[in-house]
Amino acid sequence: MYEFLTSIELYRFLKGPMVWIAFIVFIGGSIFRICSLMSRAKGSKVLYPYLSVKYSLRSIFHWVIPFASTNMRKRPWITSITFLFHSCLIFTPIFLFAHNMLVRESWNIRWWTLPERTADAMTLIVVFCIVFFLLRRFIAPEVRYVTSASDYIILGTVAAPFISGYLAFHQVFFDYRFMVNIHILSGEVMLMAIPFTRLSHMLFFWFTRAYTGSEFGAVRHSRDF
Amino acid sequence: MAETIRKPVSDPGMDEPARKLSVDKIEKIIRWVIEKEADARLETYVETCTHCGLCSEACHYYLSYKRDPSYSPVSKVRYTLSDMLKRKGRVDGETVKTYARIAYTECNLCRRCSMYCPFGIDISYLLSLVRRICGLLNVAPQYLQDNTNSHIHTFTQSWVGQDDYVDTVQFIEEELRMEIKNARIPLDKAGAEFMYAPHSHEVTFKTHLLANMAKILNVAGVSWTMPSEDGWENTNQAMHAGYYETMGMIEKKHFEAAFRLKVKKILAGECGHAFRAAVYDGTRWLSWKNPPVTYISAVQFFYELIRDGKIKVAKKIQEPVTLQEPCSFVRNRGLGDMLRYVIKATCEDFIDVKPNYEHNYCCCAGGGVINYGPPWKFVRMEGGRTKIKQLKDTGARIVIAPCHSCHKTIEEMSDFYKLGWHVLFANELLVKTMEIPEGIKATQE
Repeated sequence: MYEFLTSIELYRFLKGPMVWIAFIVFIGGSIFRICSLMSRAKGSKVLYPYLSVKYSLRSIFHWVIPFASTNMRKRPWITSITFLFHSCLIFTPIFLFAHNMLVRESWNIRWWTLPERTADAMTLIVVFCIVFFLLRRFIAPEVRYVTSASDYIILGTVAAPFISGYLAFHQVFFDYRFMVNIHILSGEVMLMAIPFTRLSHMLFFWFTRAYTGSEFGAVRHSRDF
Repeated sequence: MAETIRKPVSDPGMDEPARKLSVDKIEKIIRWVIEKEADARLETYVETCTHCGLCSEACHYYLSYKRDPSYSPVSKVRYTLSDMLKRKGRVDGETVKTYARIAYTECNLCRRCSMYCPFGIDISYLLSLVRRICGLLNVAPQYLQDNTNSHIHTFTQSWVGQDDYVDTVQFIEEELRMEIKNARIPLDKAGAEFMYAPHSHEVTFKTHLLANMAKILNVAGVSWTMPSEDGWENTNQAMHAGYYETMGMIEKKHFEAAFRLKVKKILAGECGHAFRAAVYDGTRWLSWKNPPVTYISAVQFFYELIRDGKIKVAKKIQEPVTLQEPCSFVRNRGLGDMLRYVIKATCEDFIDVKPNYEHNYCCCAGGGVINYGPPWKFVRMEGGRTKIKQLKDTGARIVIAPCHSCHKTIEEMSDFYKLGWHVLFANELLVKTMEIPEGIKATQE
């Protein structure tokens, strides 16, 4: 097993066809989920008729800017950690030098990259934030009360590519080839999981906010932030 | 997670039907609601919620019960709807009773949590679905079921027949003439500008409220009417019970009364849920986007009367007053400023609550909880502790509560906690302070 996990054949597969599969599942799955949401929403009398672009944007704006909503201001620590976590989670893989090199080798496309030390720090931030979320699940009573196995699995799914990426880059603890294989695999698993697990909040955030923003703003003349 | 401890409550409306239910019947109803009736929101919300618990502090129950996690909005969904989904609807009657207790008595459907959820999940919609399921299974507080039966038989929530209603209205009119010369409560006046839609309590044990409204309308010289037939009352407890077919029927009758009289607007009395049912839930159930007749609340109406000088304030109330903002008028209609305008016009010393406007706490009587009768009174008294604290902090002893549910529960809490507060409707404020022109004052003989 260990031999298989360290094999160059696996590496080639994960780096080649599996990337395509992962992206097809991620993008295709996302499109599918969004389309099915939109078509199901057509059956409702209360969704489309009340949507308002202005109030959807107002709501989204107040919830993607740190401290722009009341609840965010009431919980400065959680707000800071959540925003730090999500920005590092999204930007680190996109602007990582090693990732960009792979893209450049394949298609000769290049874009801005993060300095290595910054990317390293951002990876650690993601990991520490996940540890924070994990501890919060154990400690905060209101969170512990509603936590189920799936919540831990999701945290693990997100943590895996970052931890393995960090270890592979620094070449500590395990064999490099092994760690890289685990890193690529876990990254692909995370991508594929987005449309089909609670990670789908990445896709649905915009829609749930748009609806609530419209209902609050356009229909009920009040604010949802 | 350990079972939540709740004191046992016996409610024949929940206990007996729950005993008789079969698992197959429960499964059929749950699946029908979840698969056929619920819209895209259900699936999206259940899948989007990351169980972060950030909605907890929005809930006055959670705060009143010393941050007991079982009262947080997310847990109420987790242990009702999510549980049904996980078990594919195959649950027994006892479990349905637990769902019913959570959805009916531990949530006021005030929608405050939606403002605290980072995804804006409409948690009250999810708990309404639970109420809908329990309602279809007939597992609902007995008093609420009784209200719904009353709606079906008399089109009012408290068994007021049409004859009693007309009689009372005419009696109030006669009494009003002692104060206002030729005062009228015009019944069936076609083409009037407003049709006044009261709560049925205004013609039973709170008749002074209808008298107040009639007085204001007479002094302001507004063209108005009330229908003599069914559809005059605008409350809708069927909405809270989850009997949506009945809810639709009530609103249809109500709007038809307005169509028949060809009025321009319906003027709703100070009842929050009635306004909500007419403007949102009932209207939408009947497939209208907006109410078919312009629907305005008493709060907005009073604001317009004072702004346009139709009502003049003679002497303001001097004592400090504070405000309970009904969720249906403020969070769900944005009338916070108009309400304050009316209060500031009639009171010298207004002390605002904190948090206020859409962030204000529910009084813990909304969502029908006010009507569950003696078995559930403790829910309001305990769940309302957040409200009591908030109002106490202002130091005022007069509380303006322009909603029947808020008014009644705050009065009861004031009594229960021995606070000696005086709770006033907005119409009482106006009547206490307005100027009655000499020309229309009745001459005492």
